[in-house]
Amino acid sequence: MSSSLLIRNGIVIDPSQSLEAKRDLLIRDGRVVEIAESISANNAEVFDASGLIVAPGFIDLHVHLREPGFEYKETIESGARAAIAGGFTSVCCMPNTKPINDNSSVTSFIVEQARKAALANVFPIGAITQGSKGEQLAEIGEMKSAGIVAISDDGKPVLDSGIMRRAMEYAAHFGLPVVDHCEDCCGASGWAMHEGEYSALMGLKGLPGAAEDLHVARDILLGEMTGAHIHIAHISTARSVDMVRQAKTRGLNVTCEVTPHHFVLSDKDVYQSSYNTNFKMAPPLRSQSDVEAILEGLRNGTIDAIATDHAPHHANEKMYEFDKSPNGITGLETAVSLTLDRLVHRGVISLTRMVELLTTNPAKLFKLDRGTLQVGAIADVTIFDPEKQITIDATKSHSKSRNTPFDGWELRGAPVATIVGGKIVWK
Amino acid sequence: MPLHRKDLLGIADLSVEEINLILDTAVTFRDINTRQIKKVPTLRGKTVINLFFEASTRTRTSFEIAAKRLSADAVNISASTSSVVKGETLVDTALNLQAMAPDAIVIRHSSSGAPHQIAKIVKAGVINAGDGAHEHPTQALLDALTIRHAKGRLAGLKVAIIGDVLHSRVARSNAHLLTKLGAHVVLAGPRTLMPFGLEKLIPPGNGSIRFAENVDEAITDADVVMMLRIQMERQSGGFFPSLREYSIHFGLNKRRLALAKPDAIVLHPGPINRGVEIDSDVADGASSLILDQVENGVAVRMAVLYLLAGGE
Repeated sequence: MSSSLLIRNGIVIDPSQSLEAKRDLLIRDGRVVEIAESISANNAEVFDASGLIVAPGFIDLHVHLREPGFEYKETIESGARAAIAGGFTSVCCMPNTKPINDNSSVTSFIVEQARKAALANVFPIGAITQGSKGEQLAEIGEMKSAGIVAISDDGKPVLDSGIMRRAMEYAAHFGLPVVDHCEDCCGASGWAMHEGEYSALMGLKGLPGAAEDLHVARDILLGEMTGAHIHIAHISTARSVDMVRQAKTRGLNVTCEVTPHHFVLSDKDVYQSSYNTNFKMAPPLRSQSDVEAILEGLRNGTIDAIATDHAPHHANEKMYEFDKSPNGITGLETAVSLTLDRLVHRGVISLTRMVELLTTNPAKLFKLDRGTLQVGAIADVTIFDPEKQITIDATKSHSKSRNTPFDGWELRGAPVATIVGGKIVWK
Repeated sequence: MPLHRKDLLGIADLSVEEINLILDTAVTFRDINTRQIKKVPTLRGKTVINLFFEASTRTRTSFEIAAKRLSADAVNISASTSSVVKGETLVDTALNLQAMAPDAIVIRHSSSGAPHQIAKIVKAGVINAGDGAHEHPTQALLDALTIRHAKGRLAGLKVAIIGDVLHSRVARSNAHLLTKLGAHVVLAGPRTLMPFGLEKLIPPGNGSIRFAENVDEAITDADVVMMLRIQMERQSGGFFPSLREYSIHFGLNKRRLALAKPDAIVLHPGPINRGVEIDSDVADGASSLILDQVENGVAVRMAVLYLLAGGE
């Protein structure tokens, strides 16, 4: 028995085929079978996308789903539900679970939990080193066989250059990108925010921008030496963006992602929040000049992807003192609206560039069989309304956690429906 | 006339009028502290909780005496006896205290912003008795009272603040208060302990604020020299090589004090490290008003409690 879905009258934006036009899209048995100006299909379920944008399903390269080990914060099921509610059809989950995803049995468990949830695609990211301790390489080859799409010791930067060099060489052998959390501590362990005027004023220990820059510089050099694909996670400083731009000019395989909070908020917002722990994350919210450099990087193509770094924490964990609260905020359900409101509607980027940042590029970077609506492609589709007015309400989140600094924000633009493998999983 | 605010969290958001109101009120309470019967019924029936998450003798005792001289019921809670050791969150601690209906909660905490977080939750007035490296408003107020008493004014004075400014809530609160009242604040100490950038976010008011090249330059022609306590653990933190070297290059001795105006006064929030940031002959010398500061502390805290909790 075949099931068909016809999405009619929408504006299809698909940079993978340089398409931005009013088109009908026919999906059958989980695949795109036809794109044309007008399609009529008997027996197909019809979705009227008049006034809406139809894009390849959005892909979030950077989430924390917390399972196994921290199910009180999030599960693969609840995280995947937050993903589809936020317009994401695929998420790549970081390995800092308990146990850490540093071997194929944990990878297989994640893949199986995602299959059972049957909501979004979940692509695991394996650890670089055993236990993410930065000492001995994890079984990267075996994890790849089990389904990982990249490696990272996210949250635990690999400080030993020798280990990082071997990790890059080894990852290159398996064609896996090295996702790089860049934070050379600069003697700032225990930091609570960006080091600058506002940390000075608030009496909080700061992490200087140079802590990221040092690590980015080192890994660009190591990447050049090893030929590995270096993907800088959650880039946050002007100088790091500049170094990535230069590396690209030199033809190196260096890419980067940015989170919505790093292009929307700055350390001044931490100050204005008066020690609200939902403004604490790693890397910290940087200075306004860093934010401006990031906006320019989004505009000029230096930045390849928008990723959320969705980092759920249970309510009680954010009820501690600012410097004692854990880093991280949720992001899956706010990213698309923030991108539309702050980037598209303010003229920073076009809708096509937005789609590129949220699906075409991420698919390419992690070599995912996604990010396109070409005939024959797996039918992951995100339908969004660039004009829909919404108010973010943390209490209505599908995540198990509520730790967002954007609660109560009024934004223009929002996802409307999410289709995974030809099936409408959320609308 | 009460203060039209629920909390006293810092000097940063106080107006010049509010600061002067507190100082003027403190002057009247200072007289009470010299009487034989040092008690007035002003806050009878009010409950003040002193919640100290961090060790303190001077400030806690000062607040307790202030509350008792105003006839309030003062309850002291220290971190070692509270539920904090059992892992209770800050929010839960605050909610539980709120349930006991205090009129004011005095908080000392090693984390910057903890009183602000609590103030958002509780109905009681929150008085910051020192939060991390952020603010210590009553210390700045008692310093101002001491300076005003000695010099007759604050406007136009040069005040050198010397030492570990980076970790000092006393320095931050004083920087806010002194500039608001028109003094010229000059900060100095080892560069490892200077929070550069601070001067850009403190409005100069009628005064000014800047970092000096070195301690001698900061002290030269100063009307007030305020020394900050150096915490012993900063040495192991790599901020300076040894207490010996610190004392030589950044401590206050007679030679350095001679660079200041002849009638300059010396302040220190205490407890002092004799021979480290301040030599004994300076600490005990004629210029030193260190014990006056302690005395004024009680009056300032009575004023703050009265203005916040005794409004009606």
